[in-house]
Amino acid sequence: MLETVIQQALNALQLGSYYSLIALGYCLVYGVLLLINFAHGDIFMVGAYIAFFAATFIMGQHAFIPANVSPLAQIACTGFFAIILTASAAYIIGRVTREGFRQTRAFKLLIGGLFVLFSLLVYFLGKGFVLPKGADRWVVMGATVPLTMLLTAAVGIFIERVAYRPLRQKGANRLYVVITALMMGIILEYGNLSALGASRIPFPPLIKTAIFEIAGVTVTNLKLISIGVAFAVFGLLQWIVTRTKLGMAMRAVSYDKFAVPLMGIPLDIIIVFTFFLGSSMAGLAGMLYAMNFPVLDPFMGALVGWKAFVAAVVGGIGDIRGAFVGGFLLAILEIVVAAVFSSELRDLISFTILLGILTMKPTGLFGTAKTTKI
Amino acid sequence: MKKLLVALLALAFVFPAAAFGADTIKIGFNIPLTGDIPKVGEMSKDAAELLKEKINGAGGLAVGGKKYMLDFVYVDNEAKPESAVNAALKLIEGEKVLAMVGPQGSGRAVPAGEVANNNKTVMVSAWSTNPKTTENRPFVFRACFLDDFQGPTAAKFATGELKAKTAAVLFAVDQDYSKGISEFFKKAFEKTAGPGSVVAYETFTTKDVDFSAQLTKIIKAKPDVLFVPQYYNEVPLIVKQARELGYKGPILGSDSWGSAELMNLCGDDCKGLFFVTHFAAAGAKGATKEFIDAFNAKFKQIPDDVGALTWDATGMILAAIQKMGAISGDLAKDREGVRAAMSTMTGYDGITGKMSFDGKTGDPIKCAVIVKIDDKGEFTFHESVCP
Repeated sequence: MLETVIQQALNALQLGSYYSLIALGYCLVYGVLLLINFAHGDIFMVGAYIAFFAATFIMGQHAFIPANVSPLAQIACTGFFAIILTASAAYIIGRVTREGFRQTRAFKLLIGGLFVLFSLLVYFLGKGFVLPKGADRWVVMGATVPLTMLLTAAVGIFIERVAYRPLRQKGANRLYVVITALMMGIILEYGNLSALGASRIPFPPLIKTAIFEIAGVTVTNLKLISIGVAFAVFGLLQWIVTRTKLGMAMRAVSYDKFAVPLMGIPLDIIIVFTFFLGSSMAGLAGMLYAMNFPVLDPFMGALVGWKAFVAAVVGGIGDIRGAFVGGFLLAILEIVVAAVFSSELRDLISFTILLGILTMKPTGLFGTAKTTKI
Repeated sequence: MKKLLVALLALAFVFPAAAFGADTIKIGFNIPLTGDIPKVGEMSKDAAELLKEKINGAGGLAVGGKKYMLDFVYVDNEAKPESAVNAALKLIEGEKVLAMVGPQGSGRAVPAGEVANNNKTVMVSAWSTNPKTTENRPFVFRACFLDDFQGPTAAKFATGELKAKTAAVLFAVDQDYSKGISEFFKKAFEKTAGPGSVVAYETFTTKDVDFSAQLTKIIKAKPDVLFVPQYYNEVPLIVKQARELGYKGPILGSDSWGSAELMNLCGDDCKGLFFVTHFAAAGAKGATKEFIDAFNAKFKQIPDDVGALTWDATGMILAAIQKMGAISGDLAKDREGVRAAMSTMTGYDGITGKMSFDGKTGDPIKCAVIVKIDDKGEFTFHESVCP
């Protein structure tokens, strides 16, 4: 009996770690912007796909440049990616340097040099890496984690830039921004569906699954990693928000968005940083999720995203501890109901309990009524 | 002169019928040669052509001491229900066929079956698994088993070959297919191994990916076999999680496992597992192997379920005609004769197993094939299990 309880507790902790990681992203964005980023569940899905492409690229199964085509096609491929990279670099350089720099000769030379550099990089790295057989998969994982987090963060920041910031700058009501977020989520789902098709993608096993059996309780290394990462990320975010200058700025934005720029705090940079944090956590969650449930489909983020959102609200949206505890609470409820009753009743009973919690404490477990969030 | 020409023309039309009418047997095929699933039509036609060649090459079909040549008519139903109805009418009234094969899919077979039954012409659907196709239609038959049948077959294999005393089931409660098979499996298993031998009967809902709570319960109950009648996108997750939670016993599946996608998604985890299905190309023996080899030699591809079942459906009709004794030439009488012979046919030895009809329904009592996923990830024939 005891080992069943411990086993189910481990199952709940594993499921809860994904809910928590996603809920943290909802919570950060809401805390700073008072915006419910409904696209977050789909950013999580994008994270899982990015992890897939990053991992297979590093393992040499995927490449930007197909190896078995004519040299001319390879050069065309290289040029294509190099132009994209150079254009983005030129845009960023033009933004951060002083006015008029774009007209100088030095700028043109710099861009030319960058183009050559990118072409060479794409040509030599774009064929993918060929790891020696039996190479340590931990190396692959070690490289995939930061790559996935960075690229997913880039997707999140991109969405903020094209979808949310224009509305914010025009002073649109928050409701419109929330609807935009919903639309972004649908665009991500169906964009993925049309780009990659409806067939499921198998996520490659990155590390060898080790199964430990201790006193009748079975646990895998993947499970332990997921749980450990969720706790570590929670600790890190809590530290950033409460102990660092950036965290202080985030709290300040949350407190008064209009007074903050007057104090010399760059509002947009803080918001971008918030999206960076939230989306990279979603990317990390997507990767861990894909490692444990290695079948990817374009709609995998929708349901998990919704549940994580509910978890964040029950925990008290805007409070990092709330999102963390809410994620685990929902997972524990789901596992207990499925284990004690049956799975048909799982969502019914667990969400009824969550509803009960909200009725008694409308601001959530850790929420405070309309003061500083986050 | 003109009159002579007309007479000659008329003769030219009548002549084939007059000359060969008594010596040919005309079978119609109502199959999707175009439309969404042209592969199904192509496989059916190829299998039928192969059978015709085999029989006509040997001098024809012997019925009542007389040899008859076969004449197969293929009509395209475009994989649409209304076209299938028209195709059936065309075959029955225009081509005046003795019996028909197809439509293959249930969507077309259900409405076409109505037409065939009303016009008192035998129709055999090779591939339709929906119970409605043959329900209350004495003239409509099928060559495959129904979904309900897989549960008992899996139970028989589990208690027999796998020597399981206890079993567990994990299925999606919101899918009719899985739910139906699971219920029949439970009933059949408990009948053989005693009440309470299905020690865990757990459910989930479609789109779930985390089965750890249910699997922990299942593993706690220590079953000898785990039955998972699910689709190829859920099976890999279930198998992987069961192994990670410490389940070491065999896992058994249903015909929904039989997709090439399964091994793509599942990888090494699914090797060595079994599932129930209609037909397995790899590792086949005897007549089945001969059929596959002949098909492969002629059409340069391995026949799938539809091809093999079409071969059997056509073969069954021919066997019924032989059993009928003699062809009278009166179409209505012969059609009724084929139905009577067909409905009481026992032990027809097809390449997808032995088939019998009990005289009450058009659903065959036949064996299912157990497929083993071998170490190379191929679906190989393991054995056939009969009800």
